[in-house]
Amino acid sequence: MMEDMNPVLVTTDELLAPGHRACQGCGEALAVRLVCKALGRDTIIVNATGCIEIISSALPQTSWRVPWIHTLFENVGAVVSGIESAYKVLERKGKRKRRKITFAGFAGDGGTADIGIQALSGALERGHNILFCCFDNEAYMNTGIQRSSSTPYGAATTTSPAGKRSIGQMTWKKDMPEIAVAHGIPYVATACPSFPIDLMRKVRKGAMIEGPAYIHILSQCPTGWRQPPNLTIEVGRLAVETGVFPLYEVERGEYRLNFDRYPLKPVREYLMKQGRFRHLTDEVVEEIQRKVNEKYEKLREKAGLK
Amino acid sequence: MKIDIKWHEVEIGAIVKEPGSASEYKTGDWRSEVPVRDNEKCIKCGICYIFCPEGCIYRTEDGYFDANLYYCKGCGICAYECPRGVIRMIEEKKE
Repeated sequence: MMEDMNPVLVTTDELLAPGHRACQGCGEALAVRLVCKALGRDTIIVNATGCIEIISSALPQTSWRVPWIHTLFENVGAVVSGIESAYKVLERKGKRKRRKITFAGFAGDGGTADIGIQALSGALERGHNILFCCFDNEAYMNTGIQRSSSTPYGAATTTSPAGKRSIGQMTWKKDMPEIAVAHGIPYVATACPSFPIDLMRKVRKGAMIEGPAYIHILSQCPTGWRQPPNLTIEVGRLAVETGVFPLYEVERGEYRLNFDRYPLKPVREYLMKQGRFRHLTDEVVEEIQRKVNEKYEKLREKAGLK
Repeated sequence: MKIDIKWHEVEIGAIVKEPGSASEYKTGDWRSEVPVRDNEKCIKCGICYIFCPEGCIYRTEDGYFDANLYYCKGCGICAYECPRGVIRMIEEKKE
């Protein structure tokens, strides 16, 4: 498509209306804006609790220009599959004209990897024709930066503070895209709003594919990552270029790396841009570098680049 | 639209009947720095438009881009990302 080549040709239809209450430089608001642009108006969005729900729906106002429903943390997968099935039944009974509608589930990393994983796993396993977008800002940002299972190793949050006896988060980030791949669904991808055209292409592909699609979107958070708001895009770009968050897609089990600038930049460049990593010693950075390299090599192997 | 509503004025199920009504809300007063453009250097690439988290940058009739200051929160992403250095952030003066 032409608009895939040039930001100027992207639709000017803002389905997430300006006036939402996101922090300055919010990567998640940008990601949602781009996802909505890619999906278009024939979309029903089911939104778990989280930053996106809070910023977009301050009663009595709403930022949404598409049908939108708020659910709890744990049942976004169940609600989106229920809506999809209801539409299928209405079409079968002839009560509704057949029309292509995208059923999208939006959740943060808490609503995907921690609390909502059971309902999401069920929805993926049953094979509903849905698109699930996880906006991963790597902690529970909306309640005040508490750690989640998606928080990376060494990051300081309010419940994993860094200090004399702690380096911050003690566990490695949960590999949610791989969990989605293990369900054997037709389409899994990772994306980042620093690469907007790539993100929009993946969302459109996920919406068009018959069956469940899962897209994991790294959403930079200036507040929780302790980074200046104007560096939002730069930090996301570094996450991809250092291999901390590689961009890849898995189409029916086939891996493809979308952005492979090899050899990678050192992870230090990414870590030291953010205040949540500033306490890390050289040994810990080395440890993270080793882990990133190891994971990236495995990914390249899967993508057949070695 | 009234922002301060009483409990008995809320629709059943807390439904909001007007899509996109948050665009009445002014987020422009969160800003401490305001983007200023020098359109002579602009190549109309649209990078500021695609990277704006507010979606407040729009295309003007002559093909350049401009920020709607009613919504602009002054994050400075457009100034940082602009490949030609068209946009500068300057401190906003109270009138």
